[in-house]
Amino acid sequence: MALPQVKLDATDARLAAMSLPDGGWSDAARKDALARLRAMGLPSGRDEYWKYTKPDTLVQPDAPHAALFDGDTTPVFSDTDRLRIVFVDGVFDADASDDLTMENVSIERLADAPDIHWARDLYGVLEAKGQTPVERPLAALNTAFATDGVLIHVTGPVARPINLVYRHKSEHSDAILHHVVKVDSGAEVTILENGPAAARFNKCMEIDIADGGTLHHVRAQGRDHERRAATAMFARLGAESVFKSFTLTANGVLTRNEMVVELTGDDAVAHVAGACVGDGDFHHDDTVFITHDAVNCESRQVFKKVLRNGATGVFQGKILVKEGAQKTDGYQISQSLLLDDDSQFLAKPELEIYADDVACSHGSTSGAIDEEGLFYLRSRGIEEGVATDLLTIAFLAEAVMEIEDQALQDEINSRVDAWLSRRRG
Amino acid sequence: MLEIKNLHVQLEEEDKQILKGVDLTVEAGKVHAIMGPNGSGKSTLSYVLSGRDGYEVTEGSATLDGEDILEMEPEERAAAGVFLAFQYPVEIPGVGNMTFLRTAVNAQRKARGQDEMSATDFLKEIRAKAKDLKIDADMLKRPVNVGFSGGEKKRNEILQMAMLEPKMCILDETDSGLDVDAMKLVADGVNALRDEGRGFLVITHYQRLLDHIKPDVVHIMADGRIVKTGGPELALEVENNGYADILAEVA
Repeated sequence: MALPQVKLDATDARLAAMSLPDGGWSDAARKDALARLRAMGLPSGRDEYWKYTKPDTLVQPDAPHAALFDGDTTPVFSDTDRLRIVFVDGVFDADASDDLTMENVSIERLADAPDIHWARDLYGVLEAKGQTPVERPLAALNTAFATDGVLIHVTGPVARPINLVYRHKSEHSDAILHHVVKVDSGAEVTILENGPAAARFNKCMEIDIADGGTLHHVRAQGRDHERRAATAMFARLGAESVFKSFTLTANGVLTRNEMVVELTGDDAVAHVAGACVGDGDFHHDDTVFITHDAVNCESRQVFKKVLRNGATGVFQGKILVKEGAQKTDGYQISQSLLLDDDSQFLAKPELEIYADDVACSHGSTSGAIDEEGLFYLRSRGIEEGVATDLLTIAFLAEAVMEIEDQALQDEINSRVDAWLSRRRG
Repeated sequence: MLEIKNLHVQLEEEDKQILKGVDLTVEAGKVHAIMGPNGSGKSTLSYVLSGRDGYEVTEGSATLDGEDILEMEPEERAAAGVFLAFQYPVEIPGVGNMTFLRTAVNAQRKARGQDEMSATDFLKEIRAKAKDLKIDADMLKRPVNVGFSGGEKKRNEILQMAMLEPKMCILDETDSGLDVDAMKLVADGVNALRDEGRGFLVITHYQRLLDHIKPDVVHIMADGRIVKTGGPELALEVENNGYADILAEVA
């Protein structure tokens, strides 16, 4: 089917300003991604999955200006003993990063990596697979044009979390990062991500977890008010593997987080969760697609959004249970706490089930602060603002509790608390 | 201590008068009971005193040690020493009971210009007080009132009262939903707090709670007014004859 002219024009305009990097071993995958992108075109507001989130600023040739945000205190995860990999406006910064050697893991910079067999088998592969049945043009754009990123191969238990740190130092930076993570059978790793990255950030992460492998992912998206980000994660899970991902988003004028998970081996577990707090000019979109293609797998989607002063939250979440994926246990909840009448939450939960012996449940709610609870707390002497914050943190708790590590849970809660206190003045 | 004069209250949402001139004084060290049939305005009085939204005071006053409490926010009233033990304690998922109590204790101390209580002192105190009320460590850790039985919720109210050490305790039908043993436990908790400097206003339908918490003064409330005041014997009269006789007598 021919693309509509506007879409063609927009795609041409963007691509005119770009050229494929010299990717060496990844060249074939990049060319393929570019061809796929040309065929599907960049997203427009007419696309079904872009109805609630305007893609314009993510699509336009130049990154919109984003003032640098000053005022951060200690970066998140500072209390965690971790291996830092730092990117400044989308460029790896060796000096700011830690030594990349660690037991049971190999870490290579995408731009420097030699032709390694495992990376060639994954780069752009999971992303391409994740384009069906829903197109994700920004991820294809990423595969084609990514200028940096890391390839992480986990071969056993990894002692320290790997922390991808994104710094934003230029008001017009337009960063495209692509990471690939391969977790071998029985191996286990924790990946942390934090920071605003760039004025406009397009990030893609492909994750392949072999049978019995475990990946924990905890992300805190930067506090920069004006930054824009479109991220996509594509995860393929083998039998008895575990994938748990949590994202905290505070601030940011526009964030689109896509998560595409495919459970391909029996007894695999995937939990994806997100908590976001938005105030004013804030648009946050979680678009999740989980496919059950094996027996006795469990998936959970837990997304909570706190919105105020005209902030907007979007949730598009799907559970697809393929034929034969019996004993599937799928759960999905998306909830918003609207702190005023100006804010809005748009939710589109979807279930598509082709197996007959499954348990899938989903729910979505929007509500205000519980007045009964608020009065109860105040009647015990807790000031209204503090009481509201307590109830807000309580609202987010179900999502935050998806983080398995207690210290990281506490860290995320304290960040939310600090964010709320700053607004209380 | 608590002085209520000619208090008139109507619902904000609808033009309905609930309290029609309540006069009541609770002295320090005394336990006053308010009894009355359903719909007489007992619970409304407790809510108005603690500052719940939805009520409009159209006339009259309520002061605690001379301070106008009706002008205060609920948290200011709490810091001034007003405590309401809820008829239906609210469940707050996600907020740990212990965190809640510690936040409340320290908020009140801060409001009064006192130092915050250290974590160790707080733990020591709450453990001792919880033990008296047969509240176990698990109940302290769980989210506020979530999954608590009726009796556990009421005991949790009394624990809060014991920790916050208010001047003026208002108990709104604390006996509702309690079996005899639980009622005794709650009453013991209340009695342990009886003190020369503290006033109590115990709202109840039934005399049985007053067997355990012995009142100094009993008021009968009907149609938004105190219609009769007497000693403990008045509660017995209600128990034996119901409200009808008393209401007929004052009508």
